[in-house]
Amino acid sequence: MQPIVRWFHQLGSPPTFDRFARRGSRVAYLAALPVFALALWQALFVVPADYQQGDSFRILFVHVPSAWMSLFVFALMALYAAIGLIWRIKLCEVLAMACAPIGAGFTVITLLTGSIWGRPMWGTWWDWDPRLTTELILLFLYLGVIGLYMAIEDRRSAARAAGLLAIVGVALLPVIRYSVTWWDSLHQGASIRLFGPTTLDASMQAPLWLMVVATKLWFVGSLLAKARADNLQREAGKDWLRRQLQEDA
Amino acid sequence: MIAPGTEPGLWRSARALAVRDLRLVWRRRGDALQPVLFAVLVVVLFALAQGRDPQRLAATAVPVLWLAVLLAGQLALDSLFRSDAEDGSLEQWLLAPVPLPWLVLVRVALHWLTTAVPLIVVTPLLAEMLHLPRDQLPVLLASLLLGTPLLSLIGGVVAALTVGIRRSGILVALLSLPLYVPVLVFGAGSVAAAARGQDPVGALLLLAAGLVVALVLAPLATAAAIRISLD
Repeated sequence: MQPIVRWFHQLGSPPTFDRFARRGSRVAYLAALPVFALALWQALFVVPADYQQGDSFRILFVHVPSAWMSLFVFALMALYAAIGLIWRIKLCEVLAMACAPIGAGFTVITLLTGSIWGRPMWGTWWDWDPRLTTELILLFLYLGVIGLYMAIEDRRSAARAAGLLAIVGVALLPVIRYSVTWWDSLHQGASIRLFGPTTLDASMQAPLWLMVVATKLWFVGSLLAKARADNLQREAGKDWLRRQLQEDA
Repeated sequence: MIAPGTEPGLWRSARALAVRDLRLVWRRRGDALQPVLFAVLVVVLFALAQGRDPQRLAATAVPVLWLAVLLAGQLALDSLFRSDAEDGSLEQWLLAPVPLPWLVLVRVALHWLTTAVPLIVVTPLLAEMLHLPRDQLPVLLASLLLGTPLLSLIGGVVAALTVGIRRSGILVALLSLPLYVPVLVFGAGSVAAAARGQDPVGALLLLAAGLVVALVLAPLATAAAIRISLD
């Protein structure tokens, strides 16, 4: 078997995953910190002020990466859940459930920073705008997944049920993405496109991409840490864990 | 064991399930009317809280009516699978010779017929109580006729996910509300559009499209959820 494929399969074993996650989350967090620092320095001091909004636009560099992460994490959670349901891989169920609180956190940050930005820009803390409303529904979906996972006693059934809810909820993601084009929205339309010219000024792009990388690294670190914790909880009392704790002690 | 070649077909099993469900509902028809009573109470409470001014009542009549139907439907969701799960009939569904999504579809259809249709029948009376302008009533009824099956189908997925949990209570409401929001927005929105003089057909067609998609996909998701819950 190819070494990469074999390493991947071995990651499905709880002891191997524990070792990998312990090192991996530490590396990811340590890598994220300097990127965050550089991005924030660029965002706050280097990038010129917007001609219309002045300095208050700088919250964009926190708001936009958080928003992208809130959507990305939900899609990833649904993907892990689907793999866990189809191939019955325990670690995928663990990873899916670990995504939920992190994604909810990013969604809360998106809503809060958006609200803070909206006050000077639109004159209101909140509006029942399609983009804002669908992002709020996304938060409720995250909380629903977490709540369902907590409510069922057997961990594996709980993860599978909450995973199915996440898969059903994935239908909301395109609605959020296209809410600004399908309806009259207070929220700004898409300026950054995958295909086609980006209308965000070149002088403002660097901190944005740096924050995107930083949030991704931070997410990987958090995901591995949370998944490791959940994994250890499920494996409590098993021989390999008892041996490992004795060795560490 | 069922002898090969003698398995009941789709329609025979559907009829058997329908007859059973209707008979059970008829035997406890008092209980079956509780969602209607709840909706009436919600409307009464709203009217009392708003004050007596007919203009103000008419202005919020459509959202209140839609919410009364939606919340009453949520309360009724508990009766979708719970009693069958408790006495073991749901596990027999897993062993049935007909596809589980088919049984789910028949069950949800019967549930809609016995809980949502009485609500829709009572809606004109409730609309009169809230002084809803007469010309908005047909659009309201159309939006309810398209929206309530959609709510039942989506609610069925959530009910199946929580059927194994004792005292799930508010969890069902919490889980289903985010999924209900688009239906509510388009359903109430269609009547609001009609009230403004715009054509409600756009929103109604979106509801119909959602219903068609849900008719196909929701039974599959519900069947998967039942298998997970009974594992």
